[in-house]
Amino acid sequence: METSFRALITQIHGMLFGVFFLLAIFGVLVELCRSVYETRPPELTPAGHRLQRFYFVCTALLGWAAVLSGAYLVYPWYRAIPPLGVVNLAQFPQALLKSSAATAGWHNLGMEWKEHIAWFAPIAITMAAYVSIKYSSSIREHSQVRKAVLVFVIVALFAAGVAGYFGAEIDDHAPIQGGGTAIHWMGGNH
Amino acid sequence: MNPSPQQHEPIASVPAKPSLPNGPAAAAILSAGVGCFALSVVAVVADASKPVARFCTFYLPTGPLSGVTSTAIFLWLVTWFILARRWHNRTVAIAKVNAVAFLLLFLGVLLTFPPFADLLLGK
Repeated sequence: METSFRALITQIHGMLFGVFFLLAIFGVLVELCRSVYETRPPELTPAGHRLQRFYFVCTALLGWAAVLSGAYLVYPWYRAIPPLGVVNLAQFPQALLKSSAATAGWHNLGMEWKEHIAWFAPIAITMAAYVSIKYSSSIREHSQVRKAVLVFVIVALFAAGVAGYFGAEIDDHAPIQGGGTAIHWMGGNH
Repeated sequence: MNPSPQQHEPIASVPAKPSLPNGPAAAAILSAGVGCFALSVVAVVADASKPVARFCTFYLPTGPLSGVTSTAIFLWLVTWFILARRWHNRTVAIAKVNAVAFLLLFLGVLLTFPPFADLLLGK
């Protein structure tokens, strides 16, 4: 059982940062929707407020970790240009996808959309985290502010969903490979 | 029987916690809309123009994406900083701010969608 260094980094980007970010945004959305139906302001202990702050900050940090690791670690491997004469494109995912009409759409639509819209999510969630922390329970007095945060969080969920879906599909059709060192998880045949 | 201290305590003596003005939230909301819109506009311009794409290549392995996103993040944070300073203690017309922010966000999402951007660029 082994993986390559690049595949491991890609998994950390997608499965750790990306998936947890998506789950955390859904949690923020549920909390915001729940707060719309509150009849009284929530009474949190100081520890509860700290936990809430911690959750929002972690959600935003996960988003930034996902887009930054994607853009500066994984994307350069994805878009690497194959040297002239190279026939096996397994190490060059973008070129591999574009080499066939059946898979070109994963780059032309999938990656082209994902690489830009993904950034909307951490921007929106950073704003939502700031507003939620600053206004805390008094956000009830600002229904328009809560509405705006809700809309941005829904768009963040959509953006992260688009990025996650296309990321998974692209990695399925043209996985990031190589990086020299094979990482062995368990003993066995290798 | 003596009344409890609470019964003598006038309610008005408890100072009401002042409500926060909506200015800081409005600054964060509007600047987030500006940031998303800026990202999509810079991305479309970089896609249409080779010189802009070259200018946006801040980090060669990542290509123009590095400059597109860095520029948008810079514009987002600068807008947030300026608006936060101007509105930090003010109550603003939040419905109007929301309308502008939602419009920018909607246009931003639309411009990132490759078929729409291609249509706009006549590709």
